[in-house]
Amino acid sequence: MTFWERNQLKLAPFLFLSPAVGLFLLFVIYPIADSIWVSFHEWSGVNRYAVDDEGNLKNFKWVGLDNYIYLFTNDDEFYVSVFNNIKWFFFSLIAIPFGILLALFLNQQILGIRWVKSFFYFPFVINAVVIGIVFTWFYNPKYGSLTYLLGFFGMEPFPILSDENYATYGIIVASLFPGIAYTMIIYITGLTAVSKDMIEAGRIDGASGFTMFWNIILPQLRPATLIAVVVTIVGALRSFDLIAVMTGGGPWGSTNVLAYKMYEDSLFNFRMGYGASTAVILFILMDIYIAWFLYRLFKRESTEK
Amino acid sequence: MFPTPIQKYSIPVNILYRVALIVTLFIWLMPLIAVMLTSIRTYDDILAGNYWGWPKDIAAIENYAAIFEDGRMARYFLNSMIITLPTVFGTLLLSSMAGFSLAMHRFKLNILLFCMFIAGNFVPFQILMIPVRGLTVDLGIYNTYYGLIIFHIAFQTGFCTFFLRNFIKELPFELIEAARADGATEWMIYRKIILPLIIPALAALGVLEFTFIWNDYFWALILSQGDGVKPVTVGLDNMRGQWVANYNLISAGSVIAALPPVIMFFLMQRHFINGLTFGAVKG
Repeated sequence: MTFWERNQLKLAPFLFLSPAVGLFLLFVIYPIADSIWVSFHEWSGVNRYAVDDEGNLKNFKWVGLDNYIYLFTNDDEFYVSVFNNIKWFFFSLIAIPFGILLALFLNQQILGIRWVKSFFYFPFVINAVVIGIVFTWFYNPKYGSLTYLLGFFGMEPFPILSDENYATYGIIVASLFPGIAYTMIIYITGLTAVSKDMIEAGRIDGASGFTMFWNIILPQLRPATLIAVVVTIVGALRSFDLIAVMTGGGPWGSTNVLAYKMYEDSLFNFRMGYGASTAVILFILMDIYIAWFLYRLFKRESTEK
Repeated sequence: MFPTPIQKYSIPVNILYRVALIVTLFIWLMPLIAVMLTSIRTYDDILAGNYWGWPKDIAAIENYAAIFEDGRMARYFLNSMIITLPTVFGTLLLSSMAGFSLAMHRFKLNILLFCMFIAGNFVPFQILMIPVRGLTVDLGIYNTYYGLIIFHIAFQTGFCTFFLRNFIKELPFELIEAARADGATEWMIYRKIILPLIIPALAALGVLEFTFIWNDYFWALILSQGDGVKPVTVGLDNMRGQWVANYNLISAGSVIAALPPVIMFFLMQRHFINGLTFGAVKG
């Protein structure tokens, strides 16, 4: 027996995994650690390893927690961004009831329904730049169809995206277009797996309409809901593209979220360390949410068993 | 089935349902219909205030020719292809190998590595931004196709490995034990047994990844500069500034930028839905 034949089962995992794990460590895991490290420094983004005469790093200066302290005590935009992130968090969840409603509406077997469904799906595959352009235009007080719509109800058109109080909501609504398409796909598939026997049993017990939906259908859709909630929330906390395309954080920073603020601070104001500290906060918020969510999930499942 | 099949209701209800279906669909797609109509409108039509009606003159050829005229849109489109296709291929290759190993081999770090790949999906891009940009500069692949392709492969491998590991785990283990008893090497097992069996999963992930990468905007913004390697998402955003009020051109550009994933979606719809709803049923 050769060495290879004897040790194949031990070596195989290493060989099969090393390309994927290597790339993942280099481009995902290491950057997380490095961002945390950068967040304790002041750095404009140029020549990180340059040293002065005494051998100290001259462009990359240790400042301890200063970036975080400044963030929490001196930066109003930080609070605006966090508050906007909270708005995104809650309002993007609207996609879930809408997704369920549409899924129920479409869950019929008639001629051509497959085509109808796929047309309902397709905002999901369109990129955020196009969605952003379409909605920017939709909101445009001069050309947009929202003007017609408001006019129809006797309301004055107003420029949503240049209004500090409404701009964020305008962007969130745009994000709901692909968002609802996504949750609907999840629920349509979920509905196909709902047990027919339980529906029949429910009918015999006299359940129908809403009681049937609430007591029999919805609990069976739990796996679908789980995925829909996680993906929607992660998407909401990551929201960047639509903001960049529709308002660029404006007017006056009112549509900033942590993700966008960080991008601006780092690449346009050349404050890498400061940007990194914002990214770390976002990272922590996301992790807390995910951990809390998984914890609740496991707890509920273990009590049920 | 829930709700009650519409066939069990009276004929008027049935007709009403179908009408409601079409009306809802029309409202749902209105933004996209508007873009398509505008993309074949003349500029005069827009100046005359005809934004939402049927175009007076069809200028489809003129508009689409105009956006390709200065060559940049074609460049962006090609860039998107050059970035997307190798990424999809590379991601599927790496993650099928990793997924196979995580599903079928027993070793110490197995669960830890699996968790690492799952956790990677919940990372906000921004915490990777500064170091990844630095890494591509240090490796000399900033503002090249390689930079974007390699980073995308690295990141997407997380999701795909998770997906494929679970898929392969469902396959009968006896199959592999039998092959091992016959003296097949691990590579042959991967190549001749596993790969043919996971084709549906690869197809599902392939279309999904194509869409994700094609639609990427953030990383293109971070890892490219100038027109050379910029994909169509960022390109379109830039062109928008240049076309200003030429909504017909902006719309035509949008249609072009959105088209490949849409075609992919309609061609491979079943695979697409399978990939997307993976886990939505069983959990």
